[in-house]
Amino acid sequence: MSDLDTLEGDLLRQVSETSDEASLDAVRVAALGKKGSVSELLKTLGAMTPEARKERGPLINGLRDRVQGAIGTRREALAEAALTARLSAERIDVTLPVRDAPEARGRIHPISQVLDEITAIFADMGFAVAEGPDIETDDYNFTALNFPPGHPAREMHDTFFLAPDRNGQRKVLRTHTSPVQIRTMRSQEPPIRVICPGRTYRHDSDQTHTPMFHQVEGLVIDKAANIANLKWVLEEFCRTFFEVDAVKMRFRPSFFPFTEPSAEVDIQCSRKGGEIRFGEGTDWLEILGCGMVHPNVLRNCGLDPDSVQGFAFGMGIDRIAMLKYGMPDLRPFFEADVRWLEHYGFRPLDIPSLVAGLTA
Amino acid sequence: MKFTLSWLKEHLDAEASLDTISETLTRIGLEVEGIEDKAQSLQAYVVAHVLTAEQHPNADRLRVCTVDAGDGQPLQVVCGAPNARAGMKTVFAPPGTYVPGKDITLSVGNIRGVESRGMLCSGAELGLGDDHDGILDLPADAPTGQPYATYAKLDDPVIEINLTPNRADCTSIHGIARDLAATGLGSLKHAPQPPIRGTGPCPVPVTLAFEELDRGLCPYFTLRLVRGVKNGPSPDWMQTRLRAIGLRPINALVDITNYLTFDRGRPLHVFDAAKVAGGLTVRRARDGEDLKALDGKSYTLTSDTVVIADDRGPESIAGIIGGEASGCDAGTTDVLIESALWDPMNIAQSGRRLGIITDARYRFERGVDPAFTLPGLDLATRLVLEICGGTASEATIAGEPPETERIIHFPWTETRRLAGIELSRAEMRVTLEALGFHVAGTGDRVKVLTPSWRADVEGKADLVEEIIRIAGLDRIEPKPLPRIESVVGKPVLTVIQKRTRLAKRALASRGLVEAVTWSFIPHDDAVLFGGGSADLTLANPIAADLSDMRPSLVPGLLRAAQRNADRGSADVALFEVGQCFASDQPEGQSIRATAIRRGTAGHAGGGRHWDGTAGAVDAFTAKADAMALVAAFGIPTGGLQVVAGGPDWLHPGRSGTLQFGPKNPVGYFGEIHPRVMKALDLKGQIVAFEITLDAVPLPKYRPTKVKPALALSDFQPISRDFAFVVGRDVAAGDVVKAAHGAERKLISGIDVFDLYEGVGIPEGAKSVAIAVRLQPVERTLTDVEIEAITAKIVAEVTRKTGATLRS
Repeated sequence: MSDLDTLEGDLLRQVSETSDEASLDAVRVAALGKKGSVSELLKTLGAMTPEARKERGPLINGLRDRVQGAIGTRREALAEAALTARLSAERIDVTLPVRDAPEARGRIHPISQVLDEITAIFADMGFAVAEGPDIETDDYNFTALNFPPGHPAREMHDTFFLAPDRNGQRKVLRTHTSPVQIRTMRSQEPPIRVICPGRTYRHDSDQTHTPMFHQVEGLVIDKAANIANLKWVLEEFCRTFFEVDAVKMRFRPSFFPFTEPSAEVDIQCSRKGGEIRFGEGTDWLEILGCGMVHPNVLRNCGLDPDSVQGFAFGMGIDRIAMLKYGMPDLRPFFEADVRWLEHYGFRPLDIPSLVAGLTA
Repeated sequence: MKFTLSWLKEHLDAEASLDTISETLTRIGLEVEGIEDKAQSLQAYVVAHVLTAEQHPNADRLRVCTVDAGDGQPLQVVCGAPNARAGMKTVFAPPGTYVPGKDITLSVGNIRGVESRGMLCSGAELGLGDDHDGILDLPADAPTGQPYATYAKLDDPVIEINLTPNRADCTSIHGIARDLAATGLGSLKHAPQPPIRGTGPCPVPVTLAFEELDRGLCPYFTLRLVRGVKNGPSPDWMQTRLRAIGLRPINALVDITNYLTFDRGRPLHVFDAAKVAGGLTVRRARDGEDLKALDGKSYTLTSDTVVIADDRGPESIAGIIGGEASGCDAGTTDVLIESALWDPMNIAQSGRRLGIITDARYRFERGVDPAFTLPGLDLATRLVLEICGGTASEATIAGEPPETERIIHFPWTETRRLAGIELSRAEMRVTLEALGFHVAGTGDRVKVLTPSWRADVEGKADLVEEIIRIAGLDRIEPKPLPRIESVVGKPVLTVIQKRTRLAKRALASRGLVEAVTWSFIPHDDAVLFGGGSADLTLANPIAADLSDMRPSLVPGLLRAAQRNADRGSADVALFEVGQCFASDQPEGQSIRATAIRRGTAGHAGGGRHWDGTAGAVDAFTAKADAMALVAAFGIPTGGLQVVAGGPDWLHPGRSGTLQFGPKNPVGYFGEIHPRVMKALDLKGQIVAFEITLDAVPLPKYRPTKVKPALALSDFQPISRDFAFVVGRDVAAGDVVKAAHGAERKLISGIDVFDLYEGVGIPEGAKSVAIAVRLQPVERTLTDVEIEAITAKIVAEVTRKTGATLRS
């Protein structure tokens, strides 16, 4: 065996015995570094005769190539082993909980959600949204709406009064959103199509009444709007809102001072097993009041009841929210109990639209 | 308004079933609220004859009876009633019967080893009264096998309608029958009532003692004396009807007035003539006058109330309730019958003030038929004569009935115009006439005379309502509402409405839960938050702690957070978007968006977490919420300034104000002031922000929706870090602002990446480290240029803030 063979055998063994990058590098330097054993051999080539060089050259170069190759292979093997070792050490417990996303924790109150649903439906029918103040004058809340002072119909509304002012005038918390109809008719020329959502107040408190609640009213004024149109609008609304193909409605003549003729509207439902369903069943459930705007109300807004006409309707937002989503009691709507809000509330990105559907 | 089916049929000649009548009532606007049909609910209960009653072999208190329930087959029934005995007549229910008083359904039972096939019943078990003493003990002549409801005359269904306040005419059964007859369901019975011819004048003079302006309080008063009456119990038929609708029979004279109140909607009053001193004067009460009324209570009157007085004083509160002193009882022999008209508004106000609810008030405040005043007196007199005997005097009449009929010029097309339905003129005319309207003329436009009992019908629209409610609203076919061109394509929401919606979604997306709290809050809370002024205080709050219109949403949310904490949800993140009140004027109302976070309920989430990130919320948590909200509105926020300090309810050193210029603050954020925490009894750490949506500048109108051109630089941006030592009170914002001011063109952004106080920094100073990004636009910057900019930044920050560069 030549000295080269011995050296090669020696180096390859050393390479194979290295256990990490550093020891491999030490072997490399010792062999191929400036003063390495193989480098020293290569240096001897320069002093050789051409013949000798021709013979020894390929042998030494071959030795160098094989050692280099072995080091490279070993380096890859060591890197692979090191990675494997690192990966086996780098372990997380993926079952540890992450925090819920803010979007998953946040909630929209059912009243806001239902109002967005209502707005989407009526916007599609060409209604704008009108609003007005919660603190109203007696005129806007009653007199202009054809509740004469002292009239017993005022007793239908248990009114909250503010303390009388210097002139003895008492402002009221609006008992309905109808004053917004007056404000709209006094400030805007027909044709008018608005819905008026908002907070309303009555001096009343039990399972289905709270001293504060939410109403939405609708008002259409033009030259031809009549009860047939009113029925169509309300049927379209109920069908869309309750997300059923058809809903049977019953219009019962009724009385409101600000409409004539007036009606209350019931919708058909079933209450099997404590679950309410619309579009089926034999029960009737009252959901709204409506009628043709009373001629006196039109006159009070400077409109001529013989040349313009229209209809109005109103319903409780909280009430239809309860009907659609099944809250049994109205009072918790205003108690801000996060357990209730998390259960009955809506996720922030569940935005109702007619394009994507009112509910997910 | 309650009545029975047979009573209705006294006025309505109709074969219609109860169901048809009930459906029709609801359809024409007399909404049926409930029907109590005992013939139906007590169908299975029959009169039974107890044949034998033996001691139960295994139970001391039980008896084993054999019972004949009418079919001749003796049935064995075990009974525990002490009064069960052989030979008695009682009420029996077979197995399968529902027992309302016990809420059970009977089955064949085995009671202590003895089979029992049914039950002998007490009145309480049938849901009639509450006699628990034993089973019903019926007279011996009660026919075995007859349904008990029939035997006990309980088989007349009671109908209750929910009467709207406009329909005074239907406070009478006669009026309800008229409405039903108009639908074609039957015909109205009209028994002609010849006037009473009295014997001699009524000896009691009547004076209507009113000032000219007050005449309307009692326009018309009629009175008659009937001598020699015998005031025993009223006849069975009358008592049965009164009981069926929930009235207690008293004596014939009183029962007659109650009967006519419902039968004709004509309230009357009877005085015992022997207890009336002198003549009757109808007048305003004198302040402080007392009256002990028939309900046994004493009322102190004021001049706002009208009374009928004799020489001794008030004997009756007009139109509401009579006085005890002059009331009729078994000893009454001479009776004064009063039939009068009262001012509806005055009756309503007096009744409300005195807190008296009577059937008379109910009718007078809605308005009774003025034309039926004297006929009502005659009808009452006739019943008194029939039931109690005696001799009637002529009537004393004071005042005169007001004219209430009016003529309405009615074009038949009005029905189509308002209701969108084509009805024949013949049908419309028949309907109006059936309701008592008189229609004159034959053309397109007729004159319609309203009947005296329909003061509620004022104009054309009312006539349309009468026509279509009888025709049935279900006959109106829905027709699409045509689109209005001008509305299509325009946004439906105003800027504030859009912001309100957006604010809710934006805040909920930050993990906040939307609350809706009361618009009224406790007075002390309102004062703490800058409210509580007299013009925003309720005169009649529903509860003492719901008294003042809220000046801010914060107090309501703070209270809510504490309630949640008390229930075990300590770390809550709540928001509300809603109205606040600065005055009672419309412009004093604003829409605000407010959020509070308590404890660890930060943006990442509340509660302890294994990664150790759950620190307590601080003012910056609230600031981040506020800034996120403003950013959501999509308006340029370059002009938005944050300055130290806020309103009194925030911690003075840990709060800030957001403003678009010093004159336009839009909101606040920070830690709740410790004094407020104490006053509201709140614990823990709570931060809040509140932004007034109306105060945020409106987006500028731009004629185009094109976004500004985007200029992107091809050159590599570079970043330079600086650490400045400044006084502790110098705002980091001022350091950033000064650095920015040094080189406006090339600086594209500045971040504050470190704040430090402590070792190496002089006492009273702090180190603020900023990273300045430079974005070359035309060419790469040379080292010399960068050096120059760096020097400018240092010089400018030093000049503006007194900073030194930290070595």
